[in-house]
Amino acid sequence: MLVTGAARQLGGRFVRRVQRDPEVDRVIALDAVPPAHDLGGAEFIQADIRQPTVARVLAETGADTVVHMDVTGTALGGGSRATVKETNVIGTMQLLGACQKSPAVKRLVVKSSTNVYGSAPRDPAVFTETTPAKSLPSGGFAKDAVEVEGYVRGFARRRPDVAVCVLRFANILGPTPDTPLASYFALPVLPTVLGYDPRLQFVHEDDVIEVLRIASHEPRRGTLNSGTFNIAGDGVLLLSQVSRRLGRPTVPLLLPAVTWAGSLVRTLGMTDFSPEQIRLLTHGRVVDTGQMRDTLGFVPTYTTAETFADFARGQGPGLLPPETLAEAVDRVAVLTAGSGARVPQPGAN
Amino acid sequence: MADAKVIPFDDDRSRGGAGQRPQRRRSTGGRPGAVQPLPTRGDAHDEKPPAEDRAREAADALEQRVARGLAFLRRRLTGEYEVDDFGYDEELTDQVLMSLLRPVYEKYFRVEVKGIENIPAEGGALIVANHSGTLPLDGLMMQVAVHDRHPAGRHLRLLAADLVFVLPVVNELARKLGHTLACAEDAERLLGQGELVGVMPEGFKGIGKPFGERYKLQRFGRGGFVSTALRQGVPIVPCSIVGAEEIYPMIGNAKTLARLLGFPYFPLTPTFPWLGPLGAIPLPTKWTIQFGEPIPTDGYPPEAAEDPMLMFNLTDQVREQIQHTLYKLLVQRRSVFF
Repeated sequence: MLVTGAARQLGGRFVRRVQRDPEVDRVIALDAVPPAHDLGGAEFIQADIRQPTVARVLAETGADTVVHMDVTGTALGGGSRATVKETNVIGTMQLLGACQKSPAVKRLVVKSSTNVYGSAPRDPAVFTETTPAKSLPSGGFAKDAVEVEGYVRGFARRRPDVAVCVLRFANILGPTPDTPLASYFALPVLPTVLGYDPRLQFVHEDDVIEVLRIASHEPRRGTLNSGTFNIAGDGVLLLSQVSRRLGRPTVPLLLPAVTWAGSLVRTLGMTDFSPEQIRLLTHGRVVDTGQMRDTLGFVPTYTTAETFADFARGQGPGLLPPETLAEAVDRVAVLTAGSGARVPQPGAN
Repeated sequence: MADAKVIPFDDDRSRGGAGQRPQRRRSTGGRPGAVQPLPTRGDAHDEKPPAEDRAREAADALEQRVARGLAFLRRRLTGEYEVDDFGYDEELTDQVLMSLLRPVYEKYFRVEVKGIENIPAEGGALIVANHSGTLPLDGLMMQVAVHDRHPAGRHLRLLAADLVFVLPVVNELARKLGHTLACAEDAERLLGQGELVGVMPEGFKGIGKPFGERYKLQRFGRGGFVSTALRQGVPIVPCSIVGAEEIYPMIGNAKTLARLLGFPYFPLTPTFPWLGPLGAIPLPTKWTIQFGEPIPTDGYPPEAAEDPMLMFNLTDQVREQIQHTLYKLLVQRRSVFF
């Protein structure tokens, strides 16, 4: 099994986890930079997937399963946006070219994102795998993901003998996240767009690893693991709920101001606060996970709310911790109830 | 004895049997059985001196209300509430938004509801109504009508125009009220979940028509709502709303201004925009909302949803039923305002 993007947290975790599976006897981890974390018994090969060397690696190792996880929004170790785009698009093209040449490859798993649907007010409330996006992403990671999926579809046509699985992940969160959204939530005060309360969906890192495993092995009885699947935790959180649960106050700004501030921050090179990120935080996005349950046979262990709770535990307390607010309300309740006998029970739902 | 003397919360009075309400009461009361069914309250009255009782009752009720309000505040402040995939915030709708709309519904437009029993108590159904009034107040009033008057305490999920979801603040409130974009995907998903879905197929043609054409139904789009109902096999409930046409008598349409602002029309009424914000106050007309006999759609074969002829026939049937009911209600109406 060949895993790209192994120098990242998520890639590293997947490499470590998949070694324990009896079906896997050899794991080759691939990345352009050496990983900072331990990869267990996996062989690490330092190769840039943008270069044709990846074909040689694939031919020499004779890998039968390729898990392509090097489709990401941010560069590892502060690369520019151009490098990220090249790794995503050119890297995928090189890798797919290599796969096409290699007769040993039987299975290809690609980590994509629900970003491919874009976010627009005129979209249906819930996206299924077949919903066409009303406004195709104009740039940034979302456009990369759309292009990557296009190449993968082309590959699937040319090599019908290879089982191709595209997993569109919702926003990935966990105790050790390194996504733009996670760094947004780490801000002391969350800038939001005035008059919009987007619906967000999260998927837990543990579930990501698990579903990648399901997709990279033989399908279980009664399930099918080739095709395109939305992967997200159950339920939806609004941005307002998210900020309250984190205990971070929000600063609603006018949409033009947010767009302008976003581009300013981008120019200064502080964070990758891309336009599609702003669109997500304006209009939100919810995907349907029926295919994931029925066809892929995967049931996530974490709901969106649980994923977020797990993430929030890893974050420091905000300026307005929910516990403090709850206590304050309880204190008022005690005062108004006179003798203090009728304090409302917390957590009614 | 204090246990039995609780006046039900204002909001709850009209729908005693709503699904999750008893649970919430128990949690806020802190004492099991704090809220007793009404008959036991009557018994208690017989045994106790009434004056002392009533004073206590009032104090208790107030206390209960405060406790419930604080519990609500606590949940909102800590974010511990749930919304569905469409962003529908049931708690906020029931506790706050409906309480804001109710005075308009009861006191201002004095809405009279007829035929509420035509809405099925469970399962999906598509309510199709006429659209009028320049601003979509008719949809909101229909939502309050179903919410307050239906014996099963059903919630109406309205399908709204895309403009609603483009505008800031409006889109947020619409999502929280359970509205979603008027598209086949969303409608089918909601109906598939067994929800009650409300649609106004006239769209902007209906709501933005001049005052002279009041109560003349416009074309019902392409009849997409019929194929949606057919695919899900849910009944179509025609609904006629009288009174909404006169709230903002639209005597003109500033088309250039509308194009500039990106709106489908810009209404000129006798008061708006001449009187500024004061002109935006609707006229206090008397409303009647009548839900008609449901039209079943489950008897058709699955391919029927693709049959344009059947589509047009059913669309016309629904349209005619609404139009006839409108005329009937107009004849019965004594005056626009009473």
